[in-house]
Order: sequence, then structure tokens, then C-alpha cells
Amino acid sequence: MGMRNFIDKIKPTFSKGGKLSFLHSTFEGFETFLYVPNTVTKKGAHIRDCNDIKRVMIMVVLALVPALLFGMWNVGYFAGRVGFDAFWFGFLEVLPMIIVSYGVGLSIEFAFAQKRGHEINEGFLVTGLLIPMIMPVGVPLWIVGLSTAFAVIIGKEVFGGTGMNVFNPALLARAFAFFAYTPQMSGEKVWYAVDGMTGATALDYMSQPGATMEGFSVCDAFLGTIPGCVGETSTLAILLGAALLLFTGVASWRIMLSVFVGGLAFGYLFDITGWTEYPAYYHLLVGGFAFGAVFMATDPVTSAQTNTGKWIYGFMIGALAVSVRVLNPAYPEGMMLAILFMNALAPLIDYFVVDRSIARRKKLIKNVK
Amino acid sequence: MKLSKNFTNPLAANNPIIVQILGICSALAVTVKLEPAVVMGLSVIFVTAFSNLIMSLLRNGVPSRIRIIVQLVVIATLVIVVDQVLKAFMYDVSKQLSVYVGLIITNCIVMGRVEAFALGNKPMDSFIDGIANGIGYALILIIVAFFRELFGSGTLFGIQVLGDWYTPNSLMLFPPMALIIVGCIIWVHRSFNKDLQEK
Repeated sequence: MGMRNFIDKIKPTFSKGGKLSFLHSTFEGFETFLYVPNTVTKKGAHIRDCNDIKRVMIMVVLALVPALLFGMWNVGYFAGRVGFDAFWFGFLEVLPMIIVSYGVGLSIEFAFAQKRGHEINEGFLVTGLLIPMIMPVGVPLWIVGLSTAFAVIIGKEVFGGTGMNVFNPALLARAFAFFAYTPQMSGEKVWYAVDGMTGATALDYMSQPGATMEGFSVCDAFLGTIPGCVGETSTLAILLGAALLLFTGVASWRIMLSVFVGGLAFGYLFDITGWTEYPAYYHLLVGGFAFGAVFMATDPVTSAQTNTGKWIYGFMIGALAVSVRVLNPAYPEGMMLAILFMNALAPLIDYFVVDRSIARRKKLIKNVK
Repeated sequence: MKLSKNFTNPLAANNPIIVQILGICSALAVTVKLEPAVVMGLSVIFVTAFSNLIMSLLRNGVPSRIRIIVQLVVIATLVIVVDQVLKAFMYDVSKQLSVYVGLIITNCIVMGRVEAFALGNKPMDSFIDGIANGIGYALILIIVAFFRELFGSGTLFGIQVLGDWYTPNSLMLFPPMALIIVGCIIWVHRSFNKDLQEK
């Protein structure tokens, strides 16, 4: 444990009264990243669990790895490479995006934590990985950096930092990039800016009149060999991540399930009423639906907190996402807008659920008397 | 009240937009470009100044039961004068501002100053107060419009400032971004004025 000893040795320098005490937050951030802190919460009610926020966040990062690795390979695949060469090609395309997103986001987080004397935690490790995964490959790196900065400052720090944000920061970054730099973010030109190839995504293709199922088969859509953002293409890889999240209890199964149920229900409704040619399950496979349902909608901070609320919240996300896709030709993808909208409504849903529960109990008391 | 304090107070410490949070609607709507924002600012300065002056002159003759109606008549007259002048001499800008010139009538700053200040103060003080509040409003409008035009179109007063290397940020052209910029101005302002921070 040479490292532990080293950290203990330099600790007084960063503690109160030490020479570098102004860097206390930074030091603590690194220390607790490497070792489980042995401090105990002193007052207030708290739940004992071996998982603290850092371990939870690391679990989400691990769950993202299958989708990320597949996404890298997929980039190479569509640039015409094969095998490991494809993966390496995609790796070199995606890595700069991850570096920029982490670099920009973490420096802002550290600066704010330092200024306010907060502790630094791993929340951004998840956000910083999600941002490149929901952007098209080949998007200019300065757009990645700018949207990350916007999401961290306006989406998170102004509300008070980790755990206080109203909207999912990663989605806010995408929304910023989407509305600010629409030509670079969507349309037919961007998805394989790599090697000068261009083509429409499955969703763009679907939104065009006269599109048929032959464009992208169900099998392709499930395995992920379709064009799209880095992380969102392979439903299979996303389900692997979902399994890990559910097994460790990090994400809420209620939300995940109800998003899929909502999507299926509305997809079916639009199918039988003739609004769309596509069967309901197809919606769950293409675009960012599965990715959003597993990694974005389940964000514990921005989702509904009550169990009944989670069902409503999830169902509405699925339903809205499919509705936007089918009914609004201007937005081929509705998942981002659906989740952000429901993020805003989540506290309201919780409020009504709690209110109803109180009313029911009051009635119960009355009846007993 | 001291005249100089009367003038400087609404500019920063008691700014109608960023402290009293009034007149937000027009601040979001007319700040896409600098030119309409400046014209809008000048129009509001004119209306607040003269409505304050006229109402202050009339303050002892108007029964308090019908004062709101009298205020509306005065303000509406001034706004129509502004609207007609703009239509006659600055037709392009007037078209860009569309209904928002007419909506100065409903701008809370105008009636707020008449109610809160002009009805209880001498004409000269009221006139200064009206000008100062108008300037406070115009100042924020110009700051917001500066950032929105610069980053949204790469121009200032319609003249290309940022070169071809700059990719315009189209989110700046949407009203939500004006709200975020106003929020950022409030953020900076409060960090300098600690007494305004809410606990």
C-alpha cells in the first residue's frame, strides 16, 4: 500500500491550515476516487449501504462500456473497414471526443467545487462519457467542448452542482448542440463525415415519405449495424449494460420497463391507426430509444422519486418519444425532447403522487372514526 | 431624495429587469439584433420619462379612484406617438419590432414607476426617475442583444464582425437563450451586490 502511505503523508499539506489547503477539494476528489473514504455521516437519518455515490457512478460507466466499444467498431464498419481495423479506426475517431468532453467538464467541475469548498464526486465521469456517445461521429470537437461547458455550467452548477440539477446534463449538452448547430448535428450529411462518406440514419430514413422496412432490417437494428450516434446503435450492447445496472440495483427497473411499455403502446396505437408503416417494436430498436431508456431516463437525480411516479414518468417518456418521431416530421428523433420534457415534469408528478397518498390516508382515518 | 441617487439607483442597484424582474417579455423578444434593441430602449426611455412627468403634474388633480384609467390614457397616447414616429421615420426597424412597440403600454416598468414614484413626487424628480428606469431597461436590452447578435449572427448593428471562421450559434436566435443571458447577467450582478443575494 505504497500509494496509501504516500497519500497519508501529503494529506496535512492539503488539510486546513496546510500550505496548499486551497486545493483541498481537488485532493479529496482524487483520494476518494482511489480509496473508499472511512468517514461516517454524523447526523440525520441515513441508509447504510456499501455503495456510495462514487461506486454507483463507476457502475454506470462500466455498464456503458459494451455500447461504447460496439459504437467504436460500428464507426469503422461504416467507414468501410473490417475486423480489428474497424475498431481501431472508430477508437481514434471517438477518443478525441471523450478527451474533450472530460477535459472541459472536469476542469469546470473542479473549479466550481474548489471555489465553493464542495467535495468533488464522480458524477461527471458518467455525464462526460454519455456526451460523446450521443453525438454523431465527426462532429467538430469544439462543438463537443462548448456543449459540455454549457451543460455543466447552465445545467448543473447554477442549480448547485451534483444532485441538484433539474435536467439530465448529458442530454442538455446534446440539446444545446442540436439547436445551436443544427446543420452539423443532424440531417443527412453528418453521420459519416469520416472519409467523406455520407448517408441518412435509420430515423432520417424512416421520416421520409415512401420509406419501407427494407431500409434497415430488424436484425441489423437489434445488433447495431445501423448508422447513428456512437453509443445508441446496438440494442444488444445496451441491454448488456442494462442487465448490469439492474443486477446491481443502480437503475430503476420500473422506469426502464415503463419507458419500453409506453413506447410499445403508442407505437402500436400509431401502427393500427395507420399513422406509420412501422411495427411498434421497431421504434425500440432504432435511434436513441433504448439508450435513452436505459441510461438517460433512469438518472436518479432528474427522474421521478416515488414508485407510482416512476411508472407515469417512464410511460410518458416512451409515449412522447414515439409521438414526436411519428407526428413531427421536423424531428426524426424524439427521445431527447421526451426525456428533457419529463425531467421538467418529474417533480410535479411526485407532488401529485404524494398528495394523493396523503389524501387517501386521511380518508382512511375518517372512515375508522 | 437626492437627485443623483435618484438617477443612479435604477441603473444597477435597483435595475427594473435584473432586480425587479419586470419587462422580461419584451427583453426576450426584441434582442435578436442590436438595432431594434436600441430603438426599443429609446422608446421605453421616452415613454417612462414623459408618463412620469405628466402623471406627476396631474397627481393632485386626479382622484385616486380613477387614477389607473388616467395613467393608461397618458401612457397609451405616448406609445402611439412613438409608434407613429417609428413608422414614419424608421419603417424597417418598426417592422422588426412589430407588436412590441404597442405592447410598451403593458410593460410593467412604465405603470410601476408611475404608481410607485410619480404619484408621490415632484415633476422634476419623477422625470429623472423615468429616464433612469428607461436607461436601466435599455442597458440590459443592449447587453443581451450584443451577445445574441455577436454570437448568433457574427455581426454587430448588421456589420460583419466575426470572420468566416465563425459558425453562427443558432440557439442564440431563440428566445430561451435571451432568458439564459439575462440569468447570467443577474448571476454576475448578484455576485457583486451581496445584499441582493437571497439566503
